Amino acid sequence: MPRDLSIKSVLIIGSGPIIIGQACEFDYSGSQAARSLREEGIKVILINSNPATIMTDPIMADRVYLLPLTVESIEQILEENDIDAVLPTMGGQTALNLAKEADELGIWERFNVRLIGVDIKAIDKAEDRELFRKWMIELNVPVAEARTANSLLEGKEFAQEIGLPIVIRPSFTLGGTGGGFVMHKEELDAALERGLTASPIHEVLVERAVLGWKEFELELLRDMNDNVVIICTVENFDPMGIHTGDSITVAPAMTLSDTAFQLMRNTAIMMMRDLGNFAGGCNVQFALNPETEEIIAIEINPRVSRSSALASKATGYPIAKIAAKLAIGYALDELKNQITQTTSAYFEPALDYVIVKMPRWNFDKFKGADDTLGLQMKSVGEVMAIGRTFPEALQKACQSLENNATGLSFISTSRMRPEELIDSLKRPTWDRIFRIKEAMAAGVSIKTIRELTQIDRWFLYQVQDIVNMEVEIRKYKHLEKLPDTLLYDAKQMGFSDEQIAELVKDCTAEEVYEHRKSLGIKRVFKMVDTCSAEFEAKTPYYYSTFEKEATHNTINVPVVANESILSGKKKIIVLGSGPNRIGQGIEFDYCCTHGLMAIRECGYEAIMVNCNPETVSTDFDIADKLYFEPVYWEHLWEIIEHERPDGVIVQLGGQTALKLAKRLHEKGIKIIGTSFDSMDIAEDRGRFSDTLKELGIPYPNYGTAYTTDEAIEVAKEVGYPVLVRPSYVLGGQRMRIVINDEELEKSVVSLLKHLPGNKILIDHFLDRCQEAEVDAICDGEDVHIMGIMEHIEPAGIHSGDSHAVLPAFNLTPLIVEEMSDIAKKIAKQLHIKGLINIQFAIKDSKVYVIEANPRASRTTPFIAKAYGIPYLNIATKVMLGETKLKDLKLTQKLEGFAVKEPVFSFNKFPNVNKELGPEMKSTGEAIRFIKNLRDPWFRTLYKERSMHLSK
Amino acid sequence: MTATQSNAPAWLLLTDGTLFKGKSFGAKGTAGGEICFNTGMTGYQEVFTDPSYTGQVLIMNNAYVGNYGVKEGDVESDSIKIAGLICKNISHRYSRMVANDSLEDYCIKNNLVAIYDVDTRSLVQHIRSKGAMNCIISTELMDERSLETALAKVPDMAGLELSSQVSTKEPYTVGDSKAAIRIAVMDFGVKINILNCMVERGAYVKVFPAKTGIDELKAFEPNGYFISNGPGDPASMDYAVKTVKAILAEGKPFFGICLGHQLLARANDIRTFKMHHGHRGLNHPVKNLITGKSEITTQNHGFGVDPEAVKNCADVEITHVNLNDGSIEGIRMKNKPAFSVQYHPEATPGPHDSRYLFDDFIRLIENIADYSSPGL
Repeated sequence: MPRDLSIKSVLIIGSGPIIIGQACEFDYSGSQAARSLREEGIKVILINSNPATIMTDPIMADRVYLLPLTVESIEQILEENDIDAVLPTMGGQTALNLAKEADELGIWERFNVRLIGVDIKAIDKAEDRELFRKWMIELNVPVAEARTANSLLEGKEFAQEIGLPIVIRPSFTLGGTGGGFVMHKEELDAALERGLTASPIHEVLVERAVLGWKEFELELLRDMNDNVVIICTVENFDPMGIHTGDSITVAPAMTLSDTAFQLMRNTAIMMMRDLGNFAGGCNVQFALNPETEEIIAIEINPRVSRSSALASKATGYPIAKIAAKLAIGYALDELKNQITQTTSAYFEPALDYVIVKMPRWNFDKFKGADDTLGLQMKSVGEVMAIGRTFPEALQKACQSLENNATGLSFISTSRMRPEELIDSLKRPTWDRIFRIKEAMAAGVSIKTIRELTQIDRWFLYQVQDIVNMEVEIRKYKHLEKLPDTLLYDAKQMGFSDEQIAELVKDCTAEEVYEHRKSLGIKRVFKMVDTCSAEFEAKTPYYYSTFEKEATHNTINVPVVANESILSGKKKIIVLGSGPNRIGQGIEFDYCCTHGLMAIRECGYEAIMVNCNPETVSTDFDIADKLYFEPVYWEHLWEIIEHERPDGVIVQLGGQTALKLAKRLHEKGIKIIGTSFDSMDIAEDRGRFSDTLKELGIPYPNYGTAYTTDEAIEVAKEVGYPVLVRPSYVLGGQRMRIVINDEELEKSVVSLLKHLPGNKILIDHFLDRCQEAEVDAICDGEDVHIMGIMEHIEPAGIHSGDSHAVLPAFNLTPLIVEEMSDIAKKIAKQLHIKGLINIQFAIKDSKVYVIEANPRASRTTPFIAKAYGIPYLNIATKVMLGETKLKDLKLTQKLEGFAVKEPVFSFNKFPNVNKELGPEMKSTGEAIRFIKNLRDPWFRTLYKERSMHLSK
Repeated sequence: MTATQSNAPAWLLLTDGTLFKGKSFGAKGTAGGEICFNTGMTGYQEVFTDPSYTGQVLIMNNAYVGNYGVKEGDVESDSIKIAGLICKNISHRYSRMVANDSLEDYCIKNNLVAIYDVDTRSLVQHIRSKGAMNCIISTELMDERSLETALAKVPDMAGLELSSQVSTKEPYTVGDSKAAIRIAVMDFGVKINILNCMVERGAYVKVFPAKTGIDELKAFEPNGYFISNGPGDPASMDYAVKTVKAILAEGKPFFGICLGHQLLARANDIRTFKMHHGHRGLNHPVKNLITGKSEITTQNHGFGVDPEAVKNCADVEITHVNLNDGSIEGIRMKNKPAFSVQYHPEATPGPHDSRYLFDDFIRLIENIADYSSPGL
């Protein structure tokens, strides 16, 4: 069936601010859907309150509404636009719930809007656990045995019937609140009480816990003709009991026989067909009992999800893009595979590589949080790695995490004894994979680890192979003595040069690299093509691996392992920001996406390097070439050696990318835009202060120290209260404000324990001052002030956690003027070519500079959206030297004010102190436009500005 | 590197001179055949034991094989039928609790010579552009000259008749002998699950050796005929075409799979041809032109039915086409209750989307009047 021509305009609902469990993967799906619909000539109207998204950019939709996700906003949009249909499956549960609410109020009907891509009746069946269970029983699909209890007595009876361990799931609570496992009889009463109390209707589901069963997820697509395909099967490395968002996951399934897989495939297809009448994407989760291979259905999500974003990146099949086409009436068998462009979109991707996804947590930001992994998702981001062997993909994932891991060898300061390791494995925590490896290295048996973790033996064998390889390498104490074949095998298993250097101990990573290069052990680049090389694909989506070349004796056209053909064009590499985490998230994906587009507009080949599967910038058709690789020196360097780019942009990928500037500079690679030396001045506290002094710009007194004694001396000089922090950190990590020697000593000791040898910065803290920040673009000659944002909360709260108003609303014109002048002076002095963000403190009408970031900042996308100016595009062209600011006429369109609202995910960490301070804790942000300062919402906000301040 | 992992070398030589040096797995020795690749990600045991692979050295595109070991019953015949195996990674250890053995032991027991640590992806791309050709794997001939000599002795797949080698030597029956539905199966290399699919639907089947004559088939008093899959070139099987023609003359329901499909075509004077590199995998999209629905299919064929010749044949119409390359995936006769598909509705391994074809066949037998209904 060709597409439904009666649909001329579609409303896409976004997912709002980033929270744990609903992150930038929905920006990826929403953006894909918007582009997919516009390709068809459909007008796209979009609503999302999240200003850091690419989907809300004017380039993505015909009309964008940056409004709160409420039915009132929906009504406003429907009144102002002639909309034929609404697509609510791209914005996570938030969008689905909003669509349902609007449906219940009869809004869609009133405006004659069709819901596409979803069957509204299906939402309840998928969301309500009891309805789901009953539906599964009707369908004859096994589920975990469960009973609904309304009293303690009932609960106890059912628990006895079902037998421990059980899961208690309170009804109608969000995100698993009040639920949990009961392993022992003694815990039962308390757990039931807790669950019943948490439920507003005093009801819990007492369910058999299938702990240790294997967990799988299938990603499905279905069209109007009821054709269904499975795009990807994802196996969880961590067994049932750990939220899939917090599990290491693997694709394709590694331990599934065809018999077991086809049972899941058939069941999933039956479930999706029965769920309701809709065309689009769907995710089904199963648990498999490894002893009998029986399966039970866990859940179904009739929408695109975090897993479908991962599946899209893992297979190359753009699920959201195709799902959008299916929603407007296309059948799968009339669409083309977007990767090959010659074969059908109706097929199931085949992989000839291994995908490992690893979550990234931020427990360090949530003091007192329970870091045990369980039913509730706690990670804030993820990385994906691609390899030709499982160990390679696993170690590349570790290298992508950016947490000092050089592979599966975590450089941890707290080496545990075997008994401690065994003990630590009982409780699943974020670093369990590293502990497993440490335990194996310490001689703990696979049998014991299997019993403690319930992880499938096949995965444990792979970790064992890594351990054995380490032992083998360690035997050769000199790099030159390492047999070539062993070195090659190690590289195939994903060992980094740094890891190898650590093991042989007589050389540096650099020497390992030079040595293996001389032996011809170099990365080759392979393509992600959806079809295991069966058909020719032209999509330039690559990953690196190590392969031996074939030799030839008679043929003219040799078999070549490397598939990344060089174009001969001028090219620029853009470095991404790695996994999302607090302090570095979706905003840099926005920046990179725009950067890539601007580079292409200037006629260069744009090359993207990143490892975050949730991002738009790593979609296969955003850059001219995509290397889905860790933003890790070794991988980056081999890409550079292969591509020989004209330059690298480090300004758009947050601190992750910026950090690599030094080595690029040392290697003689051109950094596009601001030079390394200028960046270093801004980043190096001492050099920066000298510059400020030279320019006569005030800054808070400060000093540096390496020991507690030094710190106390410095604090005396600069004067209490002081701000203590390590140098080179992100999002105010481990930053403290202290008021006396005793407190100072405590925080310095804790800091040195976690970051030994780190330089400590001690600043005088301007108590009760006001904060503001400026974002600017400089082309070396002229400076353009993009925006000045005034923080609502007083100093002491991290800028990422404070509400901020654009433009300044309470500062005098004189102060605003002064901040602009200072920003211009600094930008010119540092020869900034591109972006700069400067943080100010204002006390007693005096303006102090707190810090400068010579790169795109968290607020850059916000300002671009609020003023309606493509600042990232301009900044990139300025970096490239293609645009001069004086040639541009920029008009900032904003009536009233734009307010940045931080959004927190504290509900995931019930025991955490919700006080705010110098360390950033928010996971996302929203934008809110107000006409004037009399706005009631704003007045309340302003009145309560000091409420969350910690001491 | 584990204690069990072998580092013994193995070499792979193609007729165009491409040489890969990898590691040995399974049996030691030398094995040759026509090289082909399978893109399936599950079901290696079923694939290896599929008789249609006789004479073929198989590349598994998936990054791993062997992860879940082998299990009694997950087979399509009594032994491994592929001539040799080429992989990127082979798991020496497996985790599946219901498995009986490791793939390595299974290969040794079945005398299968395999090579791994080969860049299978570049090899597949090479085959994709150069086409199917012969190859040889060896763990003992470690110089190109002797490999070349051994490779020269591997027969050419075009014109090769292999079905009579893999067919049953004696007829046998499966199912309930009192069943009303009696199907005569011509065994050119039949997969076990094809028989299961018919027996599960209440049929009593008798499996006949490849060269059985029509009179012996008729003596079983079947009310339907099934022509199986199998290895080799259909153009070299005039004996089978003769049998098929005789069966069609009976006018009884007729169903052919894969080679059986090609034989139905040839019995209607439709040409078959050797494909550039064939279709092998579990993800091939096929559109049913009668119902308008599509199905994901399991495929394994290196020969195909000529589309032009089908279109020019007045007695035959196209029922299924491949959505990727438009190749002929199913035909039926206009004047007789006979139909066939190029792909494998019994799957194993692979999706069960096409199992309805067995229902259609059984319905056709039960009530011949329904023959022209949609779905067939």
